Amino acid sequence: MNDSRTVYLDHAATTPMTDVAVEAMTAHLREVGNASSLHASGRRARRVVEESRETVAQALGCRPGEVVFTSGGTEADNLAVKGLYWSRRDADPRRIRILATAVEHHAVLDALAWLEEHEGAVVELLPVDRDGRLEIEALRAAVAREPESVALITVMWANNEVGTLQPVTEVVAIAGPHGIPVHTDAVQAVGATPVDFAASGVDALSLSGHKVGGPQGVGALVVRREVELAALVHGGGQERDVRSGTLDVPAIAGFAAAVELAVKQQSEHAARLTALRDDLVAAVRRAVPDAVLNGDPVDRLPGNAHLSFPGCEGDSLLMLLDARGIECSTGSACSAGVPQPSHVLLAMGRTSAGARSSLRFSLGHTSSAADVEAVAGAIGAVVERARAARA
Amino acid sequence: MKVVAAMSGGVDSAVAAARAAEAGHEVTGIHLALSRNPKSYRTGARGCCTIEDANDARRAADVIGIPFYVWDLSDRFHTDVVEDFMDTYAAGQTPNPCLRCNERIKFAAVLDKALALGFDAVATGHYASVHTTAGGDVELHRAVDGAKDQSYVLGVLDEQQLRHSLFPLGDTPKPQVRAEAAARGLLVADKPDSHDICFVADGDNTGWLREKLGDRAPNQGGEIVDDLTGEVLGEHSGTYGFTIGQRKGLRLGHPAPDGRPRYVLDIEPVSGTVTVGPRERLAVDRVEGDRVRWCGRPLEAGSVLAGDDVTVQLRAHGAEHRAVVHVGADTLRVDLLEHAEGIAPGQAVVVYDGTRVVGSATITSTRRVTVGASQ
Repeated sequence: MNDSRTVYLDHAATTPMTDVAVEAMTAHLREVGNASSLHASGRRARRVVEESRETVAQALGCRPGEVVFTSGGTEADNLAVKGLYWSRRDADPRRIRILATAVEHHAVLDALAWLEEHEGAVVELLPVDRDGRLEIEALRAAVAREPESVALITVMWANNEVGTLQPVTEVVAIAGPHGIPVHTDAVQAVGATPVDFAASGVDALSLSGHKVGGPQGVGALVVRREVELAALVHGGGQERDVRSGTLDVPAIAGFAAAVELAVKQQSEHAARLTALRDDLVAAVRRAVPDAVLNGDPVDRLPGNAHLSFPGCEGDSLLMLLDARGIECSTGSACSAGVPQPSHVLLAMGRTSAGARSSLRFSLGHTSSAADVEAVAGAIGAVVERARAARA
Repeated sequence: MKVVAAMSGGVDSAVAAARAAEAGHEVTGIHLALSRNPKSYRTGARGCCTIEDANDARRAADVIGIPFYVWDLSDRFHTDVVEDFMDTYAAGQTPNPCLRCNERIKFAAVLDKALALGFDAVATGHYASVHTTAGGDVELHRAVDGAKDQSYVLGVLDEQQLRHSLFPLGDTPKPQVRAEAAARGLLVADKPDSHDICFVADGDNTGWLREKLGDRAPNQGGEIVDDLTGEVLGEHSGTYGFTIGQRKGLRLGHPAPDGRPRYVLDIEPVSGTVTVGPRERLAVDRVEGDRVRWCGRPLEAGSVLAGDDVTVQLRAHGAEHRAVVHVGADTLRVDLLEHAEGIAPGQAVVVYDGTRVVGSATITSTRRVTVGASQ
């Protein structure tokens, strides 16, 4: 764990494991058993996996058979996007268009770019408004133009950088009449906002263990029974024949326990974090009046405070806060450790300099008022210093 | 002090950072991302700029126990070093990008940012020493390891830059630095030294310039002319492929009448003429330069620097030449008491008084002993 002076405000990157998850996981670490084996030990391991599957299904409003365990959110996104594309195109070669928002996570965006480069896909990245929300009319028009050529639509449930919730229900309403499958990356959404798979009407949904208080290296793709997916990882066919590899029993047990708790506590957790987050934003704005909150001010993830500090470099701010024991993120992907201007903020109409001037504070289940006070006490001096470095 | 340690991913900067930390400074490791499109793995003799090098630097910082970040200076590097490199070649001269990088990136862009962020100094793995005299003057000196001495490429640092510079390796021979790295558990202890220009990936300078210069090349070819007879000996595909003193790669087809090798004596970028001749014609007895930089207290225009200990160095790892230095207004005229060979405009003339670096200038012209002034 972090030492007591660390103010950890990067829960969107990863959040500490909850006690129930640690207990559920460690309970199985010393047990032998391959879930595919036919003997007693194998059956014991398989039972843990299937009970975990049922737990996850119960929490997310899907059937157990619709849960495909993966190595995490990135694999789930890849399986959904590539698996759907290949199966839909194989069924009808006209289906080569993929519609997505311009603010998807790189796990989706880079998979789409790869399909475009190697598999003949035509990817259309749809615009978002200044808060980062999909322009739904753009999606409607893109579908209407030629619905029979759309292989799939992928729209994240909540944006990982600026926290804006996406209109998934409306997306489903547009896709449904044409039978176009919809995938949603709900990695940031599960546990933070109500997520019910069946009620949402989506066909596939990605989630990740370590974003909800479970272990790293495990996640799931929830896929409707009727939906066909092409496999990415070939081998033993352990998961519904679309995902091979010996199942990580302890991680799956920890994952399921974390999902169950996160969903059970979602409502009160969200209320608590929203209040803390609003305090943090208000405190930052008192210290730095020209700081700008990015993303939808209301329709956003409860723990997300994504702020721009005009005249600053985000990486300078991050370093200065880190030196004071305050850990946050510039919110954007790194290339060789170098923060690139965020594609999300650029899609939201920000300039490159504006995009580089941002920090993401993300709160989670261990966050407290003391964390907010620490930021409030440091941010003024840090911003002043970072502005001097930019001058 | 709060110190930024510039960590390339090589052994020298890693040991320098470790020493700075051990000396009680509060050290933060910084890897400078200088390439816009870093490659994944290091190849050849390049020592930095790949993701592998950034990872090496990160692992060294872990072992030393200091925080580590990457600073993106690729745009500044491109403008101030790569563009300058191309411009200098386009003008028929031979640049020294390492010197330019020290002047404008490591001890300017990085230092300025570090100072603004609350740091006091930048530490690097250069082999050189900074002393502060009893009177409070700051001085730059050669490293004790003469073979590794890098004071030449630091001869562009002014007094203020030097006051905020730490060179922890100046008192140590290179083999000891490697041994120390191994003893400290730094995995880069055996990493080969870098030689080539960091942004020319495969070391093929001419090929790189041909591709990048494009329309900015001063010529796309010209004649290779014999300095003695005026005879046209051959053709070439661009003067940027040549540097004064070069012998290899002339591709003249037939040997000189006397059978002795020929060297590039002169490059004329506008006409594209490259003049070649025997080695003795390379000798110069005077060098002039501009863009004067003083490593400490400036010398006034009109002053003359002379004496047994006054020497100049005319290229990286080049020999010392005794000289008399005449200071002008942002110019230097250096009369060489010992002739020098293969001196290329665009390189620096760095002036020493004993081991102390007095200052430097960028060479604008040389005077060849045999034929009077040229270039």
